[in-house]
Amino acid sequence: MKVSKEQALKFYETMCLIREFETSVKHDFLNGEIPGFVHLYIGEEAVATGICAALDDTDYIESTHRGHGHCIAKGADVDRMMAEIFGKKTGLCKGKGGSMHIADFSVGMLGANGVVGGGYNLAAGAALANKMILKNDRVSVVFFGDGASNRGTFHEAANVSSAWKLPTIFVNEMNQWASTTPYETTTAVKDISDRAKGYHMPAVIADGKNVFEVYAAAVGAVERARAGEGPTFIECKTFRVEGHFVGDPELYRTREYVKENAALNDPLTWFDRTMTRKNGYIDGVIEPQELEAVRAAAKEKIVKAKEFAMSSEYPDPDQYTADLYL
Amino acid sequence: MRKLSFSMATCEAMAEEMALDDKIFVMGEDLARQGGIFGQFKGLPEKFPGRVIDTPISETFIIGGGVGAALAGARPVVDMHFADFIGVCMDEIFNQMAKVRYMFGGQAKVPLVLRAPDGMTIQGAAQHSQAVEAWFCHIPGIQVVAPSNPEDAKAVLKAAIRSDNPVIYFENKILYKETAMVPEIADEVPYTIGKAKVRREGKDVTIVSYSIGMKNALGAAERLAKEGIEAEVIDLISLSPWDKEAVLTSVKKTHRLCIAHEAVKQGGFGAEIAATVAEEAIEYLDAPILRYGAPFCPIPFAPTLEKMVRVFPEDLVKGIKGMFE
Repeated sequence: MKVSKEQALKFYETMCLIREFETSVKHDFLNGEIPGFVHLYIGEEAVATGICAALDDTDYIESTHRGHGHCIAKGADVDRMMAEIFGKKTGLCKGKGGSMHIADFSVGMLGANGVVGGGYNLAAGAALANKMILKNDRVSVVFFGDGASNRGTFHEAANVSSAWKLPTIFVNEMNQWASTTPYETTTAVKDISDRAKGYHMPAVIADGKNVFEVYAAAVGAVERARAGEGPTFIECKTFRVEGHFVGDPELYRTREYVKENAALNDPLTWFDRTMTRKNGYIDGVIEPQELEAVRAAAKEKIVKAKEFAMSSEYPDPDQYTADLYL
Repeated sequence: MRKLSFSMATCEAMAEEMALDDKIFVMGEDLARQGGIFGQFKGLPEKFPGRVIDTPISETFIIGGGVGAALAGARPVVDMHFADFIGVCMDEIFNQMAKVRYMFGGQAKVPLVLRAPDGMTIQGAAQHSQAVEAWFCHIPGIQVVAPSNPEDAKAVLKAAIRSDNPVIYFENKILYKETAMVPEIADEVPYTIGKAKVRREGKDVTIVSYSIGMKNALGAAERLAKEGIEAEVIDLISLSPWDKEAVLTSVKKTHRLCIAHEAVKQGGFGAEIAATVAEEAIEYLDAPILRYGAPFCPIPFAPTLEKMVRVFPEDLVKGIKGMFE
């Protein structure tokens, strides 16, 4: 699938913003400035970017504990995201959620979920409501890892989505690691998308470093969903570059292994390499200096986001029960 | 006024609310063709085509899907078949339904009603008989109600449907067939979640119960009256939030407290009531608090055994008389 150069640059902008955001979060977590747990999306940027680019603001995504990338790609404000991760009152969730529960309903980002495999049914339920009750053409995307694909909740949501032709899109981020466990040691299939057959659901495997391929898969899935043809399974082959969480001693894999796979699967270097020469995705090329400008702008934006977060206040203690009940 | 069963009262509540708001829909197992396994959804599928949805046997979807539907702007009422099956979808209840509003800083709301038929009925045995309401009173973010009669069944269900909070509506399976006079729609008194009702006024002892337990409470009060003891009977109706003030006010008047429920006594909701009265009004008590519930035992099958885990009015009568000795 060919896209405009403008669109390609937009992809790059989103991916760089995610990379810069995560790099900054990692730094500040290790510095002790960010509390809690953070799970980074470094290396998987093309997945969220390609998928969300095919969605409208009114479409929904259900995210995971590794959710910053999804949130940025869906269009959330990075200042308020960063403030949330710092636990500040200007955060998207007023400091009540943090990294693992980041959400921005104003752009259809229905929340990161701290429970692995917790998002499938929420996405399918939103899809059901939109199709059968509210009668609109919104679609719901659920992101999940290879580890989460072993949850029983996948089965329940996949079955109803297909049985009722719901506009649910299952996006598997096959990053090869379920926390400390290599997926192949616990999982019966090599390609997670093989499971879609059991639900009569079409499946696509996309190269997770190739944002164009992910985007094309998403465009097809969104078209099917809006046309009432039901769910699609998109498996994106990617690689979790960082540990499960920042601070993970990663005793389960070697540095060499990580380095090698990170280089092989990195969506940004792939993009740089591919776009600066003749390619099948855009007409012409993108000049290295254009890419550099995008990277610099992303960096600048994230520096500002951190400043916003740092200069914001923590929530007032008396707000601890606010927003519990209506 | 006309006579209605508890079950029909819930049907009326559903039909009236669904007619007012087309965002309300129902989903669960065995609803669309059978009207619910206890007939508590009868007539709704015909009246509201497309809005009463039979699900597969997929409890995590029933609740999780309900939460997702609510996040998208619909107002789901979901049915749990038997309250005992709630454990299958506990994550969807306590980590999703109860948390999404709070942890997202109020961006979301979950106007969902979870209907949960509970309690012992004709020898349902260990997995079809339980009263599990106490589990959910320990979870901030949800509301828990358990009405005891047809009039309340209707008013409380309407309140639950109108609430923008997730509400678990426990409906006792024996009570479904109970009939009583229920006001016409024009004369209905709207219910406010969290409010208890004094069913019987008295000056000597306060009996607190809810749901099917009210049969024991009222039955015991009648017998005690014949023996000159005037019991005040409080029907909590709502367990989370619960009407602490109503109980404290009554105890301060009667100086004696008896709590009864069908659920297991250990860790049951009665413990919360007893502890609260002990904390806030112990100086008013003239006798130790009496607390009745099932012994710490799964519900057995054989009638001779099942009888052993039930609470009877005589138990309350005997205990309360002992308070005056």
